[in-house]
Amino acid sequence: MISTHFPVLQVALPLLAAPACVVFRQATVTWLLALSVSCISFLISISLLWQAYSTGEIRYELGGWAAPWGIEYKVDVVNAFVLVIVSGMSSVVLVYARESLRYELGIRRIHLAYTGWLLCLTGLLGITVTGDAFNVFVFLEISSLSSYLLISLGPDRRALTAAFQYLVMGTIGATFILIGVGLLYMMTGTLNMADLSERIPAVSHTTTVHAAFAFLALGIALKAAVFPLHYWLPNAYTYAPSAVTAFMAASATKVSIYLLLRFFFDIFSESFSLRTMRLNEILLIMGVVAIFSMSLVAIYQHNVKRMLAYSSVAQVGYMVLGIGLASPTGITAAILHLFNHALMKGALFMALGCMFYRIKSLELNDLAGIGRTMPWTTMAFVVGGLSLIGVPLTVGFVSKWYLILAALERDWWWLAVLVVASSLLAVVYIWRVVEAAYFKPAPNTEVNEAPLSLLIPTWLLIVANVYFGINAQLTIDFASVAAADLLGLR
Amino acid sequence: METQIALILTILIPLFGAVLIAAAGSQPNLREAVTIGTSVLLFLQVLFLLEQSDGQAVAVLATPFPGLPLSLSTEPLGLLFATVASGLWIITSIYSIGYMRGNNEQHQTRFYVFFAISIAAAMGVALSANVFTLFVFYEVLTLSTYPLVTHKGTDEARQGGRVYLGILLATSFSFFLVALVWTWNAAGHLDFTAGGILKGKIDPAFLPLLVALYLFGIGKAALMPFHRWLPAAMVAPTPVSALLHAVAVVKAGVFSVLKITVYVFGIDFLRETGANRWMMWVAAATVILASLVALTKDNLKARLAYSTVSQLSYIVLGAMLVNSVAVVGAGMHIATHALGKITLFFCAGAIYVATHKTEISDMDGLGRSMPITYAAMLIGCLSIIGLPLTGGFWSKWYLMLGAASAEQWAMLAVFLISTLLNVAYLMVIPIRGFLFPPRSTPATSNAIREAPFPSVAALAVTAVGCIVVFFYAQPLYRLLTEMSTG
Repeated sequence: MISTHFPVLQVALPLLAAPACVVFRQATVTWLLALSVSCISFLISISLLWQAYSTGEIRYELGGWAAPWGIEYKVDVVNAFVLVIVSGMSSVVLVYARESLRYELGIRRIHLAYTGWLLCLTGLLGITVTGDAFNVFVFLEISSLSSYLLISLGPDRRALTAAFQYLVMGTIGATFILIGVGLLYMMTGTLNMADLSERIPAVSHTTTVHAAFAFLALGIALKAAVFPLHYWLPNAYTYAPSAVTAFMAASATKVSIYLLLRFFFDIFSESFSLRTMRLNEILLIMGVVAIFSMSLVAIYQHNVKRMLAYSSVAQVGYMVLGIGLASPTGITAAILHLFNHALMKGALFMALGCMFYRIKSLELNDLAGIGRTMPWTTMAFVVGGLSLIGVPLTVGFVSKWYLILAALERDWWWLAVLVVASSLLAVVYIWRVVEAAYFKPAPNTEVNEAPLSLLIPTWLLIVANVYFGINAQLTIDFASVAAADLLGLR
Repeated sequence: METQIALILTILIPLFGAVLIAAAGSQPNLREAVTIGTSVLLFLQVLFLLEQSDGQAVAVLATPFPGLPLSLSTEPLGLLFATVASGLWIITSIYSIGYMRGNNEQHQTRFYVFFAISIAAAMGVALSANVFTLFVFYEVLTLSTYPLVTHKGTDEARQGGRVYLGILLATSFSFFLVALVWTWNAAGHLDFTAGGILKGKIDPAFLPLLVALYLFGIGKAALMPFHRWLPAAMVAPTPVSALLHAVAVVKAGVFSVLKITVYVFGIDFLRETGANRWMMWVAAATVILASLVALTKDNLKARLAYSTVSQLSYIVLGAMLVNSVAVVGAGMHIATHALGKITLFFCAGAIYVATHKTEISDMDGLGRSMPITYAAMLIGCLSIIGLPLTGGFWSKWYLMLGAASAEQWAMLAVFLISTLLNVAYLMVIPIRGFLFPPRSTPATSNAIREAPFPSVAALAVTAVGCIVVFFYAQPLYRLLTEMSTG
């Protein structure tokens, strides 16, 4: 049965398709290849999620080698859910990417973009699906290197420095992760995650394990752009091609947050991470500071793409906050926000890409009057923005609801009030765009609505934002089961 | 089953109307016909619901969260509010035609579309079966009225829109939402239940805090210090001020306060714990202070806005007196103040269309050239003041009776003082209109005529309505006692 090989196909398909892109080179062919591989991955991941949800954990031995020697892939609800997010967002954005990348990159370099995209997808799906700590590092490097390439393809020359910045920071992060994994191997003699989690308690009092934990936490936090390690993100998001930004914002940081969850709660136990290492206090403080400081910084940006990049750092703060609350509801909130934030930021960056396609700029001043010249695009931005704010009937509200609930369950009033108060900062930065778009007079140049090939995928995500806001049963169900899995309650 | 479908239709009819209005945008006559047709249909639908008085029916729209449905129900107070809002929508639609065309306003299609969406949201607030549904539609109402408030697109409109959205979103997110999740966490559900859902579920020591979170969180009730959005919203075209900021939006606020007081806290529970005391004083202070501010305003719409702030707090005060008589009075005031205030706003708009005057001091002697408008204005003023032969008398009567039976003599005094203040700031307007000599030369004052026919007809209808309610208050009273006694 082919379905028993589903876990490895997640990685193998895009990995094989990537070099094929370099061979074919032709824009439409490479695009079709990338899109079909991504869609197949999406379907496979849905089937994996369903299997993991209904029958429990799926284990797969790579090449038939049993676990301690070979590499094991392990799929439970947590990572299957992340697989769905990553491959799903990749598919939707790829539909959009054809026109957008052709405009921003020019026809000559476009096969490089699809190659990089597929490699990045390989890496992200690999990190998520694997049950082997060293394998995580390997896939992390694959995804990082390919994302440096993707960012450097940006239409502005500053994309090169942004990519270099990310390269330096990303390498530091990856090295830290490698050191952490190495130290753990030294202490336990295994790289398999399941074995690690069994053997760590025996040695968890040693300084070596503490150091390993610190290296891992810092390394992953750097990749996830957890405040104050977010230095690389604003530039990378601002100067990357629009489609790449949408894809990365919806997937890359999400995978790192997943890794954080996996290491903290599964490999190290909850009691070790949160009580012995007292990580929850650090996470709570960093989460709150991130939300407020980064939202404030976002308010003062002149470039709308950069503004949303800072907002992304703030939103990572919400996820960190959910993890820091360390209750089933808190973790559920964090996982829910993984999904919900992917939907809203994907949609918002795609709407910005539509605007860039027509007016070649994303400076706030240049967006004057765009509400009249590009009504559908602007409407998409407004709905996406409302979702980001957390207005009822959108996904943002669902995340916020669970975060508040988690805070109140702990009787932390101040935190609940802080969470809702922070969404008002989002109102401010979203409304700056709304006012520019609708109240300022449009310049006299002729501007048309974006083409349908860009608008349809954008609106697809907008509709998803509303649909999963009105009917959140499904996502809440997956997220709460995933949280129970992580905390060992199921 | 029929009732369930009718409940859902009260939301769908105006939404569907909005789509049709947008589709008919290029033909103004067809577009306005759609608006009026939709409003009549909606009103009939609400009347149909009013007839189905055999028990409360519940219809579920969707279930976003496990255990938290978006659902509607036929509850007396909600039906009253729905009837008032949908009935006045018909009249406002007719009025708008005269006003918007008489003023040559831009983007009229957008105006009518968002108007219909706002009404759908107001219906959702009115008929909500739990606090969650109420909150959702409350936020939809805030957002869908924003394009109406900022309709003119000027810097002033943008500024007003900022205050409007800022205060309403800030209060509802920071207080209302927290109170909501708190209630859910404590009581385990959010359904409106006769007698309240919080008794025995929450430490009475925290109760005053929760009451304050709800009352300040419902910013649309315009309790001071969160009232600034209402005067700011007056930059909107007058039909918006009339229907939304005298009826649908502001009444959605006080309606929510009343409904949460009766069905979430339960008036008995509040009275036993005394958690209402604090907020009673806040409401009383708002009644007096807003009246004083109204005295200083020369701009007619601004004065009416502050009068609304003051009158809304009558209703909050009525709710916080926590006895069934005061609650009936508060419920009645939703209807009677709506009729009176919409008349006054219609008059303000008619004067603006006819003369382009906005300041009261410029309106001397206008009563002679605009007799119908000024007669309606007089009736509206009398109703707000609460003199007999107008509907306003009954609501004020029951509110004061409520204060007396709660033995809150200070509150009784507040009602009396504010009535005097009402006389002072409202009666000036018709007196100047009828008795003062015209400022302008006879030549220009002869040129002043009544506003276009649809506008004058609308304001005449609401003025007559003020008087009719005085004689036919019985059904209103019966509906509301049904609610307050559970």
